Amino acid sequence: MNVQAIRAIYQYEMARTRRTLLQSVVSPVLSTALYFIVFGSAIGSRISHVSGVSYGAFIVPGLIMLNLLTQSISNASFGIYFPRFVGTIYEILSAPVSAIEIVIAYVGAAATKSIVLGLITLATAALFVDIRVIHPLWMIGFLLLTAVTFSMFGFVIGIWADSFEKLQLIPLLIVTPLTFLGGSFYSIHMLPPLWRDVTLFNPVVYLISGFRWSFYGISDVNIAISLGMTLVFLCVCLAIITWIFKTGYRLKT
Amino acid sequence: MRTNRAITMLPIIHVSHVSKTYAGGQVALRDVSLDIRRGEIFALLGRNGAGKTTLISIICGIVTPSAGKITADGHDIEREYRAARSLIGLVPQELTIDFFESVWATVSLSRGLFGKKPNPAYIEKILRELSLWEKKDVQVRKLSGGMKRRLMIAKALSHEPQILFLDEPTAGVDVELRRDMWQLVRRLRDAGTTIILTTHYLEEAEEMADRVGVIDKGELILVEDKKELMLKLGKKRLTLILAAPIEEIPATLSAYPLTLSPDKRELVYHYDNSEHGGVAALLIDLVKAGVEVKDLRTEESSLEDIFVSLIRRAP
Ligand SMILES: Nc1ncnc2c1ncn2[C@@H]1O[C@H](COP(=O)(O)OP(=O)(O)O)[C@@H](O)[C@H]1O
Ligand SMILES: [Mg+2]
Repeated sequence: MNVQAIRAIYQYEMARTRRTLLQSVVSPVLSTALYFIVFGSAIGSRISHVSGVSYGAFIVPGLIMLNLLTQSISNASFGIYFPRFVGTIYEILSAPVSAIEIVIAYVGAAATKSIVLGLITLATAALFVDIRVIHPLWMIGFLLLTAVTFSMFGFVIGIWADSFEKLQLIPLLIVTPLTFLGGSFYSIHMLPPLWRDVTLFNPVVYLISGFRWSFYGISDVNIAISLGMTLVFLCVCLAIITWIFKTGYRLKT
Repeated sequence: MRTNRAITMLPIIHVSHVSKTYAGGQVALRDVSLDIRRGEIFALLGRNGAGKTTLISIICGIVTPSAGKITADGHDIEREYRAARSLIGLVPQELTIDFFESVWATVSLSRGLFGKKPNPAYIEKILRELSLWEKKDVQVRKLSGGMKRRLMIAKALSHEPQILFLDEPTAGVDVELRRDMWQLVRRLRDAGTTIILTTHYLEEAEEMADRVGVIDKGELILVEDKKELMLKLGKKRLTLILAAPIEEIPATLSAYPLTLSPDKRELVYHYDNSEHGGVAALLIDLVKAGVEVKDLRTEESSLEDIFVSLIRRAP
């Protein structure tokens, strides 16, 4: 294991993060505050409680997930797309590093950043509403798993994309809608039966439901299924990444 | 002792029957075999698009060969890629650096990537050697073009490689920087580093290389010791300036390949470097024929002339 290389890439990526720290932090803090103003106050005044939790508190796990998914994907996809775009990837390809080491470093750095931002979102939310975390270990567990999984997903996008437009495309067209429709702002039990069934095909539902359970002990779907689905995504992403490195897809000519 | 000797005799890079066809069907290399000797400066010559960068990229693990086998110091570059790559430093043809990081951070990243523990003292040493020390905290994009080139070299040297590839190190570089680059390459060679450089400036190969390889349309058409090459293929031209014009070359000199200049005041004699004694005999015969020589000058063909004639000869 080339530990030095993992360390070097990780530190380099974290330095990039620090350089853009302000904009990285401002956006989730601002959007969280805005959600609270719009959803928490405007809608929350009409829907006072969902499953015994105040609406403002109810949407917190979903908001954190929303930021976590977006950030994981954008950090990781940019992290690996940038060296491909400017050509510095030559150095990584010519270095004595294995695929696993490259993935650990890039995904690790992206996940670290998005977890930090997730926690900042949580802290911001705590300014607006009372938050309980019944199962803190599970909470951290889901945070970690989701951040790692979606950072891997972002890594795949960063390798697949051959333009900055494509880099934005999947997050914009798929991830954001799925997150909004995945029960960030409502319980899926509030939907008509047909829509509820359709929603169950949305993978993000399981992430948000599980994560919310770790906060309030309430969930839309069984916690075991949530965890299982999260692990399934993790494995799917791992499989794609393994295939990419086996075939050299878009990395080597 | 004998085994040590045997090891040092092994080529440090062994390229065996390597071919490359790019996905688009572009054939870049055709059955290239080449041994690089330990500690030498090897110049790979070829026109644009000949396949120089492709060959280097394959050896460094950036491009996958379509066929063939390569070892670096005995390590297969695929099966033992860690051992093989650790030995190699690469300065690519293009200026590919992260413009937003500092000089220090980019060089440190390179060292780490190659599995070496951080060593600030060593990095300071190479930055000083490349006159970049004052710029260590400066963002790369603020460096001049020449500094960026030197930074690419610093990155390649950051992990103390035994083999250094320089892909067109002096393309578009001013005269002064080129001199510096040559000096650096010599210093590295003297310290035991094997250097493979590509260039289409023949002057560079002539100045620097121990051996020369010529690649054309993906084929390695020649590998030679530079001195031998110049001796073998080099032509010399002796121009004799006559005291008085002559109407024609005396018949007694018909054995020599002589040509008379249009103004009838100069005799030109072409001969190979490998021929010896021809000039002395000619001079004696000239005196015998009563042709008086006022002055003379000789010209030697450069590697460039040799190169051009080689490429012309290739089908
Ligand atoms: N990534 C690539 N895809 C397709 N063709 C390529 C690629 N890189 C180089 N080539 C082609 O391969 C040939 C050799 O190129 P290259 O190795 O860059 O030559 P050189 O370095 O000697 O100028 C050229 O015809 C070039 O167009
Ligand atoms: Mg080239």
